[in-house]
Amino acid sequence: MILILAEHDGKKLKKTSLEMISAARGLNPEITVALLGAGAGKVAEEAAKYVGQVLVVEDPKLEPYDARVYSQALQQIAEQAEASLVLIAGTRAGRELAPRLAVRLDAPYLEDAVKLEGIQDGLRISHYAFLARVTETLEATASVIIATVKPNTQPAAAPNAQDGDIFEVELELTASSVRVLGRTQEKTARVALTEASLVVTGGRGMGSMENFKLIEDLADVLGAGVGATRAAVDAGWRPYAEQVGQTGKTVQPNAYICAGVSGAVQHLSGMGKSKYIVAINKDAEAPIFKVADYGIVGDLNLILPALTAAAKRLKD
Amino acid sequence: MKILCLIRQVPDAEARVKAKNGLVDLEGATLALDGMDEYGVEQALRINTDGANTVAVALGGARFEDAIRRALAMGLERAIHVESSEHLDVVTQAKILAKIVQEEQPDLVFCGGQHADSDSQALGAALAEALNWNQITWTTALEIENSSVKATHDVDDGKEQLELELPLVITTQQGLNEPRYPTLPNIMKAKKKEIRKASLADYGVAGGKVRVVKQEIQDKQRLNKLIDGKDPTAAAEELIKLLHVEAKVI
Repeated sequence: MILILAEHDGKKLKKTSLEMISAARGLNPEITVALLGAGAGKVAEEAAKYVGQVLVVEDPKLEPYDARVYSQALQQIAEQAEASLVLIAGTRAGRELAPRLAVRLDAPYLEDAVKLEGIQDGLRISHYAFLARVTETLEATASVIIATVKPNTQPAAAPNAQDGDIFEVELELTASSVRVLGRTQEKTARVALTEASLVVTGGRGMGSMENFKLIEDLADVLGAGVGATRAAVDAGWRPYAEQVGQTGKTVQPNAYICAGVSGAVQHLSGMGKSKYIVAINKDAEAPIFKVADYGIVGDLNLILPALTAAAKRLKD
Repeated sequence: MKILCLIRQVPDAEARVKAKNGLVDLEGATLALDGMDEYGVEQALRINTDGANTVAVALGGARFEDAIRRALAMGLERAIHVESSEHLDVVTQAKILAKIVQEEQPDLVFCGGQHADSDSQALGAALAEALNWNQITWTTALEIENSSVKATHDVDDGKEQLELELPLVITTQQGLNEPRYPTLPNIMKAKKKEIRKASLADYGVAGGKVRVVKQEIQDKQRLNKLIDGKDPTAAAEELIKLLHVEAKVI
């Protein structure tokens, strides 16, 4: 049986949860979804459309999220349900929780899978390594295996013909000793970066916060998401939510258009899998051009408005 | 306060990675102390400014010694090197490192947020679990007063401020600080600092939960079509046309 820890916001399942369900269906038809934390019960009916069994745990000790308490909860569920595989989303939260669960169960941990395949008594996965310059295939055989699934690498599952059963579960949990003093959520009115089929990104070469208007204008004409490099975020020009790269988000759009981006490998590791890469930079020797399909060597202050105008003409 | 810094030697971020017989071949590659780990070394030296009670801990092949010397040259007091060129899965690594933590009894362990060879983010949390400690991942700001730690760290949809008690495992990343460059006198001094060597057998832990089947280089062929931007309007027209007609993405 495969146990999936579904991510949800108390109202709906997150897209990564449906992606994990579709990956799991390719391995084993017996799937249980665990919904943990506040609002888990409200999502149970939605989850039951996709899998045979849904377990709901709404213990107040699960709020706010603490990987230590969550791994304790999942261990109890995985052991009682005799899960042979536990799938967790390859988000920051998931990649903090999964290794804790693996240590608790003394199980192999396969991290950030982009592809999952069943093998005799085990699992084989592919994931990116060496700052996404290498695709590595790993395998493990054990009575229980823990894996995280990289978001946006699997198709979303479709509902089953018949709804599964919902059970409320009580666990014995230890209270968290972490005090959360504050949280800053960063939201965008545009299409979510990781789900956008087009992304327009600005780097240090944009020169100022105000100049990102040029990026936004082009993004809005194209219906694209807006991204930023670490340098632009560190300079305070853009919110962290827009950061693409090793310490930010990983994106894989049809076209990734970037201006004033030099092409540091930390940035490439977050966007190097894009179908087409387009670069605008005044320096013809910038490393970004080596990985670009199309590029314009020139002043982004002139090129970006010209692109916006040309895109507008195309759309009209 | 006593601090351990977990460090790794990895291919330099700008280095070209090669593969031979289906596995990455690091022969001749430029190797360096993992940039993510450097933030932990720097932070340890900002807490214990004289370097006292700061220990580098490395788990890897003989070549890791360069990274260890670099951490010592930055200012750490001494090092422990568990020498093994085996592929060790993260749970096994955490078990070995937990034994070292139990020997050394630090208040704080720093670990890079993501390793530049395995692209794994797992070690800090795995070690914390093996020790039954709390952890803070992806830390960008840190304030320690007596045994209380206030930290800001990145979460999936933004930032979070936490308050916790020591002991802790803290994973580090860009933004936490600006790591120093070792000075020449400190590089000379580092040559005399103690590196205690140990083997996996000393810790009675066997690896092998996860097997590497193959490693393939991702070298997507790119078109590399460059347009001169001297005439911005013409260049923009051409690019939009290429994206529409040739690439069919807009």
